[in-house]
Amino acid sequence: MRATVLVRPKQGILDPQGQAVESSLRQLGFSVGEARVGRVVDLEVESTDPATARAEVEQMCERLLANPLIESYEIELVEAPA
Amino acid sequence: MTSPQPRVGVLQFPGACDDRDALWALAALDAEAVFIWHTETELPDLDAVVLPGGFSYGDYLRCGAIARFSPAMAAVTEFAGRGGLVLGICNGFQILCEAGLLPGVLRRNESLSFVCRDVPLRIERADTPFTTRCEEGQLLSIPVKHGEGAWYADDELYRELEVRRQIVLRYREPVNGSRNDVAGVVNEQGNVMGLMPHPEHAVDPLLGSADGALILSSLVESARARAIALV
Repeated sequence: MRATVLVRPKQGILDPQGQAVESSLRQLGFSVGEARVGRVVDLEVESTDPATARAEVEQMCERLLANPLIESYEIELVEAPA
Repeated sequence: MTSPQPRVGVLQFPGACDDRDALWALAALDAEAVFIWHTETELPDLDAVVLPGGFSYGDYLRCGAIARFSPAMAAVTEFAGRGGLVLGICNGFQILCEAGLLPGVLRRNESLSFVCRDVPLRIERADTPFTTRCEEGQLLSIPVKHGEGAWYADDELYRELEVRRQIVLRYREPVNGSRNDVAGVVNEQGNVMGLMPHPEHAVDPLLGSADGALILSSLVESARARAIALV
């Protein structure tokens, strides 16, 4: 299976990178509200069972991909085409 | 009777750049300082460990996030669990936070700019093994050089740390957006400390300040006391 992990700065956490992007976009003439910057991790997981794969990716997030003190994460699973 | 020279291990990660400064400073302060390569699975007989500044494994993902899983860090975690003295400087502080040995996390500076200058600091606690040569309220000048030094803890954690007096060092002016100007913290047991300023760059007046020697010599003294207790 393929998994996409979206890691974001948690709600309420100051995101200076997002603020810099936001002000640059405004300078370019775009009318934008708040911008926040996170990261995307695309993974190939060996498991073919969605529940097992999700549990495994959750472990990866908790242990390495996100720091739960400041980041939240979301997992999207996509079955690999046969 | 001559007092034994305490043995202090300095961890070396790929990308470290302050490891030699730390080794030199510790030796100048009368410790036997030895390098520990990051792939070592066991530590030699040591009285203290220093995680120096610089970078580790490219600091991909988050600073220290990869280094915390290095074989040597497993050994350091075990050493700290037995009450061993561990001091993390800059990247070392980031690694200790990522490893869960210290509370909080170091984030990108609020300004998004790298800061590199001497900063004024205040000693909040003089009763840790890392500050025995200091006095509470003492003001120090020690350089910082980092892009990710804004220490963060949420409200609940911060309150707990205040109650347990785990904040050891504070900046006297805004430096990087660190919560309540925290520059250094200690773990609950008091044997693991991390700080963003670089004491190893301030151990001789020729370097602009010798205030860093107060912190490193406190560590060396505490390590010596432990070495003697074990003899």
